[in-house]
Amino acid sequence: MNDAILRYNLVERVMHWISAITYCYVLLTGLAFYSPHLYWIATLLGGAPTSRYWHPWVALVFTAVLFWMLRVWLGDMRITPQDRVWGDAVGHYIRNEDEDLPPIDRFNIGQKYFFWAMLYSGIVLVLTGLVLWFPELIPWSLRSFRYVAVLLHVAAALISIGAFIIHVYMGTAVVRGGFTSIIRGEVSPAWARTHHRLWYHRVTGR
Amino acid sequence: MSTGALRIQRASGHAGPIPGEDTQRRMQVAKLIDTTTCIGCKACEVACLEWNDLTFRDTVFENSYQTMPETAWNYWNLIKFNEHERDDGSMMFLMRKDQCMHCADPGCLAACPAENAIVQYQNGIVDFQQEYCIGCQYCVTGCPFNIPKFNSQTKKVFKCTLCSDRVGQGLEPACIKACPTGCLHFGTKDDMKELAETRAQQLRDHSGYAHAGVYDPPGVGGTGVIYVLHDITNPEAYGGLPSNPRVPWTVRIWKGPLKWLGNLAMIGGLIGVTMHYLRYGPKHVDGGTGEGGRP
Ligand code: HEM
Ligand code: SF4
Ligand code: SF4
Repeated sequence: MNDAILRYNLVERVMHWISAITYCYVLLTGLAFYSPHLYWIATLLGGAPTSRYWHPWVALVFTAVLFWMLRVWLGDMRITPQDRVWGDAVGHYIRNEDEDLPPIDRFNIGQKYFFWAMLYSGIVLVLTGLVLWFPELIPWSLRSFRYVAVLLHVAAALISIGAFIIHVYMGTAVVRGGFTSIIRGEVSPAWARTHHRLWYHRVTGR
Repeated sequence: MSTGALRIQRASGHAGPIPGEDTQRRMQVAKLIDTTTCIGCKACEVACLEWNDLTFRDTVFENSYQTMPETAWNYWNLIKFNEHERDDGSMMFLMRKDQCMHCADPGCLAACPAENAIVQYQNGIVDFQQEYCIGCQYCVTGCPFNIPKFNSQTKKVFKCTLCSDRVGQGLEPACIKACPTGCLHFGTKDDMKELAETRAQQLRDHSGYAHAGVYDPPGVGGTGVIYVLHDITNPEAYGGLPSNPRVPWTVRIWKGPLKWLGNLAMIGGLIGVTMHYLRYGPKHVDGGTGEGGRP
């Protein structure tokens, strides 16, 4: 019995996992410097100077992948009027009353918002991160840029962390099968019908 | 550049109180710089390089006495030469010895995330301990005086130590020892404050500097380096000495409320998803076999 449906092709999966791994590294090293109570994370990751050294470089890989994703997924990530109808009924989704939700395409509006939240916070993070990386290149007379950059870097990181927590929780604990799909690429027809009915009709013709 | 002889009262990136804090009487030290008697001889610069074994650094020539635009990672003490026009149109030099101010409320220390990389001793000296420095340069952002300087090769930050190694042994800083005019003094903060006020009074009463005064900026809690200026109303004229230095408010927000809000939000988020799982659990797939997505 192999009526599995391909949900993510190999390129999409590789892309996803590069971004996931780089994000986790950047997140952990960032958090180590965010709070003295979390400084031990840097010790676990090879010491504080090492963590400090790699944080911006790995973050650059992360941001590059974000733009790769934008290219690959832009068509799927545009928010449609149908999504908004679904979004208005999101209470049902939260309470697991999925039968009361309108059918949707490949991604629901929550997944789309997650994508855009990561992309936009990623853009803020890379711009402010460069200022944090090379503060000596900002002349003393423009030092207010340094001051603002540090606040925005943390604020954008926190927004992305909030989105990230929900993303991981939904993808592993709530929507069973989602995690397997991003690893092996396939979902069952029943899964596709339940969670992404329009997409199911579109890709299977059924 | 740590010194075992001095006790620490504040440390960067340290959660909770400092062991041994406040077990000793605090005797704050200070350096007094009387800009009105400085002759710009740079003896203090040389003494600093000598004592701290700093390497040679290229100088620049910009048609002035200024040999370097600002202090550097291996040049901690720099005379700023400022050509100043008096009210009557004549020219005078305002010369100011620039170095770390050893703020009572140091912005560098507040910003630093690395435990013990920046410490403040009980005598008020603020010192960088390079062995703990991670090279993030947050101190560069936190300092209102543009003092910490980064060595991009070693990825460590350096600045004036107020000769904590000498002071710990009961000696005065090297620059003080070298000054030929006696415009530099070193002692307890109270004594230096008194001496400075007396000198400012003298300048106002007898030397025609009606605005002479003492620079000990309250915005950073006062400093361990104080200046006597000919004109206290215009410190900016002394090569960008800020008139009201403060730790940037964004640094305060970043290290204070933003940290707490962020911690609450992150912990709240984790509790939130856990509660959701306990209440609603996973979604079921109609007609599917079991829970997995794979057939
Ligand atoms: C290309 C993008 C980025 C660059 C160049 C960059 C650079 C930096 C630099 C230089 C620092 C200072 C200390 C350190 O290295 O840890 C920093 C801090 C930090 N970064 Fe990034 N970063 C980037 C992206 C990110 C991302 C994607 C996150 C995601 C969570 C993040 C989270 C943090 C956090 C939490 C801190 C600590 C802030 C604090 O000390 O309070 N950064 N970043
Ligand atoms: S002048 Fe700058 S480096 Fe020196 S103690 Fe104050 S904040 Fe720190
Ligand atoms: S660069 Fe400055 S703020 Fe960063 S660890 Fe070193 S001393 Fe602390």
